[in-house]
Amino acid sequence: MPSSWVDGSSLLAIEVGAANTRAVLFDVIESEYRFVASGSAPTTAEAPFKDVGEGVRNAIRNLQKLIGNTLLDESRGLITPSQPNGSGVDTVVVTLSAGPVIKTVIVGLLKDVSLESARRLAESTYTRIVDTIGLNDLRKPDQQIDSLLHLRPDLVVISGGTDGGASRSIQKVLEPIGLACFLLPEEKRPDVLFAGNEKMEDEVKNLMGSLATSLHFSPNVRPSLETEDLDPAERELARMFINIRKRQIKGVDTLDLWSSGHILPTGYATGRMVRFLAKVYGGEKGILSVDIGSSAAIISAGFNRKTTLSVYPQFGLGENLSRMQNYTTLEDILRWSSLDIPVSVLRDYLYQKSLYPASIPATKEDFAISQAVSRQALYLAMQSARRDFPENIATINPTLTPLFESIVAGGGALSDASRPGLSLLLLLDSIQPVGVTTIMLDQNSLLPLLGAAVSQNSILPVQVYKSGAFLSVGTVISPVVAASYGTVVLRAKLNYENGAEAQVDLKYGSIETLPLSSGEVGKLSIQGLRGADIGFGPGRSLTIPVSGGDLGVVFDGRGRPLDLPSDSVRRRELIKKWNWALGGE
Amino acid sequence: MQAPVIHVNGLTSIVRERLLPVPGTVLARLNQKVSALDVVAQTSWAREHLLLDVTRILRVTSNVADRLITCNVGDRIAVGAVITAGKGLFSRRVRAPRDGRVVAVGGGKVLMEVGVTKVELRAGIPGTVVQVLPNHGVVIQTAGALIQGVWGNGRIASGTLVNLAEKPDGILTVGRLDVSLRGSIILAGIVNDVETLQAAAGLPVRGLILSSILPALIQKAMEMRYPILVTDGFGSLPMNSAAYKLLSTNARRDVTVNAEIHDRYSGARPEVIIPLPISEIPLIPREVETFAPGLQVRMRLAPALGMIGSIVALKSGLTRLPSGLQAPAAEVKLENGETVIVPLVNLEFMG
Repeated sequence: MPSSWVDGSSLLAIEVGAANTRAVLFDVIESEYRFVASGSAPTTAEAPFKDVGEGVRNAIRNLQKLIGNTLLDESRGLITPSQPNGSGVDTVVVTLSAGPVIKTVIVGLLKDVSLESARRLAESTYTRIVDTIGLNDLRKPDQQIDSLLHLRPDLVVISGGTDGGASRSIQKVLEPIGLACFLLPEEKRPDVLFAGNEKMEDEVKNLMGSLATSLHFSPNVRPSLETEDLDPAERELARMFINIRKRQIKGVDTLDLWSSGHILPTGYATGRMVRFLAKVYGGEKGILSVDIGSSAAIISAGFNRKTTLSVYPQFGLGENLSRMQNYTTLEDILRWSSLDIPVSVLRDYLYQKSLYPASIPATKEDFAISQAVSRQALYLAMQSARRDFPENIATINPTLTPLFESIVAGGGALSDASRPGLSLLLLLDSIQPVGVTTIMLDQNSLLPLLGAAVSQNSILPVQVYKSGAFLSVGTVISPVVAASYGTVVLRAKLNYENGAEAQVDLKYGSIETLPLSSGEVGKLSIQGLRGADIGFGPGRSLTIPVSGGDLGVVFDGRGRPLDLPSDSVRRRELIKKWNWALGGE
Repeated sequence: MQAPVIHVNGLTSIVRERLLPVPGTVLARLNQKVSALDVVAQTSWAREHLLLDVTRILRVTSNVADRLITCNVGDRIAVGAVITAGKGLFSRRVRAPRDGRVVAVGGGKVLMEVGVTKVELRAGIPGTVVQVLPNHGVVIQTAGALIQGVWGNGRIASGTLVNLAEKPDGILTVGRLDVSLRGSIILAGIVNDVETLQAAAGLPVRGLILSSILPALIQKAMEMRYPILVTDGFGSLPMNSAAYKLLSTNARRDVTVNAEIHDRYSGARPEVIIPLPISEIPLIPREVETFAPGLQVRMRLAPALGMIGSIVALKSGLTRLPSGLQAPAAEVKLENGETVIVPLVNLEFMG
């Protein structure tokens, strides 16, 4: 029995991803919650299984082998609560990202106001916006109806009208939605979320009530023109996402039962954990979580008063890869490659990989391509997410990435703990952090699971986060400076706790490291040259405490925004050099 | 670990659901024998709608407009027909701008569907109707060879198979297409240009079976009115030997190419079906296999992308690959005698 104030409940967290399903056990070890082990198996949402339950049970069986305890009974049900013989678990939480992208139509009044809020709301989960209907839509209502009938959306997100404001305009934009729903076969009708003028609830019920598969209401995302509050609507949308998945994929309802309703979209769970971390650890600077996997790229940023969550299925590394050319050029992807790869080879790779989302690069060439694709996808996701960051946040230059205290990175392309230098370089290239930032790799993809666990057990996420389950890569110093290649832009001296010292002269265009092991702290004296700014003003000298990690203290002297040489041979040489600087081959 | 399955099978039972896109009428009966081109269900689908705002046109309130509207839901209306009552000799009236059917009336508006097209669902494969799904479609069973592909342009057709690919990596060019191929389904290897796709449409052929297609040609391939099925992938990949052997030895037979768009969730796949005479009903192929030594597999990514091999041994634990990644892997002996180490997630069972 645990002797501390910690309740000794074990928690099984299940993540059903697009490619893989994981079962992760958390339990009390020496009076504190710890990550115990993780079992994984291919996700079985797709044919021939069409039932996520198979993959979940396979993942739990693999977890059982690791922990030596039984979690499933003879009828393949989950043993709850835990038994005196050690079998079973006490509580269960689930996160879900598997399944086809949710085709979504957003509806609002003004382009820059309610439609923007509706877009942000829709982008908080795994949607693809297939149509936008607003007051400025030049189409006639019957053309809008035909578009909706053709597109057959799974979801309609409606925003618009301040609380108590005019209702006629909303009625006007709702009419084609109602008529299209009426014309669609009942089983094809979309779920509808109304997050607009709260006074219109009865009218919306009258218009849409029996015509939507399900009609949901949330507090107005724009209670006034100046105010936006997405949180309650995001919560409602997360619930709707799970309901849509229950209809689409077998086995989700069983997971809902196992978890007593504690089942969340993976992206939403990530956002919840980031909000929590921002409250606990965020100061003037924010906390950033980036995750890039098969189903989507997820960017969540927690600031003092606001957390943003952006889920981009279009930048996922799985079945959507063949459409990546809609958002970028092949040349822009290849600029990140350390190998000379023809455009046609990259194009074929994107299409081939989209056929087989779970496949992995086995050769050096495929790995170089996959790294370049991941960089560009994350770069595009970050650029898109930045549009929705709040104003008045800490920055060195508002056109660059804001200042972040800490960045937590996860997902298949980023969490390879055996080569943290590769993951770090991918992050530095795509996110381009500025100033002083600590970097953590979520090597076990725990962040969303902890976010899901918050509602079941508020102590567990804190204790697990602090326990070392996340790999600390180190502290990154990224000065904002413009200079010619080879010019020294920053001098730094690291004083270790044991009295030793190490120094570095950072040249523009280079990456340098100073060793500082995980768990160690040191004092770093920095002198910015040529107007280099790390968040304390151009050219300022100062001393700051820094924490260590696998790569120690990393100095990125490549400037911001990162400007890669246009000469491809020189560019590839530099990429190799930067890779070597961070321990790569 | 379970292995994904793609079927390239010389003789098997094939059971396929054929469904209307929207509910309609099922014409086929249970146990009915059907040919690939038989219509088994039909429905109608309005591609366009017209919303007539009587309130606005007559400048009256919606209540008044509702009283003036004379048409009812379900009425078929000819172009120019008056759909509102008027008072007085010179009162304004609303006329139907096109032929159509009234689908909703209310709030001072009339919604009409126009441009209705009939949708006919063909059997797609010759066989026996083993289940009728009322208002939606049928389930058909047949026996024969089954060759599944990885990409299709969404079309379906049947015809005689003609082999224009002397080898698995043959290239189909415009010069190979002549009038004698009209109405045929052509087994080709690789197509490298739009002109060949257009020339095939000009004959017209009934279908193309390709080993691979350049991504740049996909948009054009989607526009073609004949089915295009790709067996192996994108770029310039030769056809896998199993599919090539099966298809080329069945030349001159009637085949059905259902170039259905691959849907990983429903399991719909593009496929070629070659009905064959049988003495007894063969087994339905397994949809799930387990990786084990001796299993015939195809490589989904490099190394040896598209090649077929046989698992020699499953490696224990995780194997570090040349890419530096670690994953469960197998040693695979390829058809050319070479042995490669491949992560299990890059393999699929072919059989």
